[in-house]
Amino acid sequence: MSAAGEPILIGIAGQPNVGKSTVFNLVTGLSQHIGNWPGKTIERREGTVTCDGTTLRIVDLPGTYSLTADSPEERITRDFILREHPDVVIMIADAAALERNLYLLAELLALPVRLVLGLNMLDVAESQGIAIAPHVLAATLGLPVMPLVASRGEGVSPLLREALRLAREPAPFAPSRPEIAAPHRAALAQLRGLLARHVPEPCEPTWVATKLLEGDREVTELAHGWLPERKWRAVQALLEAHEDAGLDIPSGRYEWIGRMTRAAVRRPHLAHASLTDRLDRWAVHPLWGVLLLFAVSALVFAVTFQVGAPAQQWLDSAGIEPLRAWAARALSGAPPWVTGLLADGLLAGAGTVVTFVPILMVFFTALGVLEASGLFARAAYVMHRFMYLIGLHGKSFLPLFLGFGCNVPAVMGARIIEEPRPRLLTILLAPLVPCSARLAVIAFLTPAFFGGAALPVAVGLVIINLAVLAATGVALNRAVFHGRHTPFIIELPLYHVPSARALARFVWTNTLVFLRNAGTVIVVLSVLVWAAAYLPGADLDHSYLARFGRALAPLGTALGLDWRMVVALLASFIAKENAIATLGILYSAGASGVGLAQTLAAQVSPATALSFLTATMLFIPCVATVAAMRQETHSWRWTLFGVTLMFVLAIGAAAVVYHICRLMGAGFAHA
Amino acid sequence: MTTSDVGSLAVLPAGTHAVVRRLRGGRGLAGRLAGMGLTVGSRLEVLQNRGHGPVLVRVRDTRIGLGRGEAAKVLVEALHP
Repeated sequence: MSAAGEPILIGIAGQPNVGKSTVFNLVTGLSQHIGNWPGKTIERREGTVTCDGTTLRIVDLPGTYSLTADSPEERITRDFILREHPDVVIMIADAAALERNLYLLAELLALPVRLVLGLNMLDVAESQGIAIAPHVLAATLGLPVMPLVASRGEGVSPLLREALRLAREPAPFAPSRPEIAAPHRAALAQLRGLLARHVPEPCEPTWVATKLLEGDREVTELAHGWLPERKWRAVQALLEAHEDAGLDIPSGRYEWIGRMTRAAVRRPHLAHASLTDRLDRWAVHPLWGVLLLFAVSALVFAVTFQVGAPAQQWLDSAGIEPLRAWAARALSGAPPWVTGLLADGLLAGAGTVVTFVPILMVFFTALGVLEASGLFARAAYVMHRFMYLIGLHGKSFLPLFLGFGCNVPAVMGARIIEEPRPRLLTILLAPLVPCSARLAVIAFLTPAFFGGAALPVAVGLVIINLAVLAATGVALNRAVFHGRHTPFIIELPLYHVPSARALARFVWTNTLVFLRNAGTVIVVLSVLVWAAAYLPGADLDHSYLARFGRALAPLGTALGLDWRMVVALLASFIAKENAIATLGILYSAGASGVGLAQTLAAQVSPATALSFLTATMLFIPCVATVAAMRQETHSWRWTLFGVTLMFVLAIGAAAVVYHICRLMGAGFAHA
Repeated sequence: MTTSDVGSLAVLPAGTHAVVRRLRGGRGLAGRLAGMGLTVGSRLEVLQNRGHGPVLVRVRDTRIGLGRGEAAKVLVEALHP
C-alpha cells in the first residue's frame, strides 16, 4: 500500500488480442518509454499518468495465455509481479471469450498481487449472443470488475480510478481463488510441508507446490536448488505419483471458472453466424485463402512502389544529395579525404538509412493492419502446410514474403513470431528472398548478357534462388535445430478494425527502433566500406577494396569471375544496386548504361555471366539487412553465421552453375 | 446423445462436436493448449479438417488452428447428436 504522492506501480496483463495495448496507449498517451526487458528481446513499454493527484507508473506486460508454458512472455509477467511488487495488476479480458481469458486470471490469483479485471469488448460479446453482468462477476470473484470498450475509449478512466482505490485499500485482498483438483489436494499439502522454510521471499509455498505439480520447468529447477537432497527426493517421489496433475490442474481451473461465470454470463439467444465465421469461409479456405493472401500482398507491393519508392527518391534527391553537395562545397578547402569521408562515407551511410524509412513505414503499416485485423493469423494458418515442408512455421510466411520488396522489413517482421526457433530461422532465411533491388540488378544485367533470352534466364535465376532458400531451410532445421519440431498452435482471433492510433504507434516505434539501432550500424559499416574503397589514396582501381578483390581472384577464377566482378559483388554490400555502378566504373564504360551493356556483352562469356548473376542473387545481404539481423537477433554471432552462410551459398551455387555451363559448352560461345 | 470411442482429433471431419478425453505430447503442449481453452473435459467443434494441413477447432468461444502433429495428440470422444 502506497501513501498519497508516492508513485504507484501498475502492471497491465492480458492474453494476446484482447486490446491490452489499446488500453495502455489510451492511459499513457505520449508519456511512453520503450526499452527491453532485462536479457530479453521483448519490448518493455512503460508510461506515467496522473490520476486524482497521484502519479501512476504503468507497465505494459507482454500478452500471454497462461503462466505455465515456459515462454519468455510468461516469465516476464511472473518475474514482474514477484520482483517489482506492483501495487495492482489490471488484467484486460476479452468478454467474447471470457472463460478462456479467466484462465490467466486464475493463474494470476495464485501470485501475491491485487487484481482488477477490465472486461473489454462487451459490445462484441453482445453481438455474439453473450450477455455479461460485470457486477455479478465482481461479487462472485471478490475483486473489482470494470466494463470497457477500449476501441472507443470507454471505461478507461473509471478502470484507473478503481485500480488506484484498490492500491490504497487498507483491507486485505481476499478474492475467490481456484482450489487444486481433489485427487491432488493431499499431495499439495505434503509438498507445502516439504517446501516450508526453504522457499525464499517473494515466492510462496502453495504457489511453488502448484507449479511443481504442473511440471513448470523453471520452478522445478529453482526448488531443486532450494531443498536439501533428502527432501528433494521426497518431492520427486510425490511428483511421480501425481504425474497426471499437469492435466488435472488446468481442468480444475476451468471448473472454478465455470462456477464463477455461471451467474454472471447468459446466452439469451443463439448467435447467428458471426462476421468472423462468414469471413473465415473464405480466409481459411485452402484455395481462396491463399488467393486472398496473394491479393493482399500484391496490394502491399503496389503501395510500396506507388508511394514508398517515389518518397525514397524524393528524400534522396531533396534531402541527401543537396546535403552532400553542400558538404563538398563547404569543405572545398579541406583535404579530399575529409570531404570524401563526410560526403561519401557518413552522409552516404545516413542517406541509406533515411531512404529506407518510407519503405519500412509502408511495410510496417501493412504488417500492423494484418496483425491487428486478425488476417495475419489466417495467413499463418493457411500457409502452414507449405512452410512446414521447409522446416518453417506458418507465421514465417508473411515476413518472408514481404522480403520480395525489401529484406530489412522481412528480418524485422520476424519479431511477430513468438517462438524463438522459427523466429531465428526466419531471420536467417529472410536475406535469401530475392529483394526488389536484387531483382532490379537482374532485370538490368540479364538483357545485357543474354539479349532475347533474358526473361527465361531471369526466371531461372529466381527459381534457383528459391530452391536454395528451401534447401537451406530444411538443412538449417536439421543441422542447427536438430530437427526439433516447434508445435503449431495459433489462435484465430475475431476480426477487428485496427485502431489508427495503435497502428500509427506500431509503425512509429518500429521505424524508430530501426533508425536508432540498425541506423548506427549502417553508418559505421558505410564509413568502413568507403575507407576500403578510398584508401590508400588513388582511385577505386588501386584501393584496398580492389586489392581485396584481386586477392580473392583465385576464388573468382573458380567461378569464372575476374577481379572486377568480384569487386562489384563486394560493392553490392552497401546496396545491391551498387553492383551495376561498380561494373560501370571498372569496365570503364562511362556513365551511360547502354555503354555498359554493350561492353559486358562483348567481354563476358555466358558461363561467367550466369555465374556472376547467381552469386549476386545469393551474395551476403546488404549492410541494412545485416544491421537489422544484428538488431533482431541481439547477437553478432548469429549475424555473422547468417552472413557467412550466404557467402558460402553464393560461391558454391555460382561455382556449380559455372562448371555446368562449361561442361555444356557455353563457356566460350558469346551470346 | 450417444457417444463413440476415443480417437484422435486429426481424423474428425468438420462439423463434429467432441469432448477432449486425453492430451498426449507432454506437459509443454498441454500447458499451451490449456491457456487457449483446450483441456481434458472441454467440448470442441471441428471447423475445418481437410485430411491434410492444419486442423481448425472452436473451443470455449476461441478458434484454434493446430498442426496435424498437434491435432493427433488430442484424443477426443465424438458426440453424435
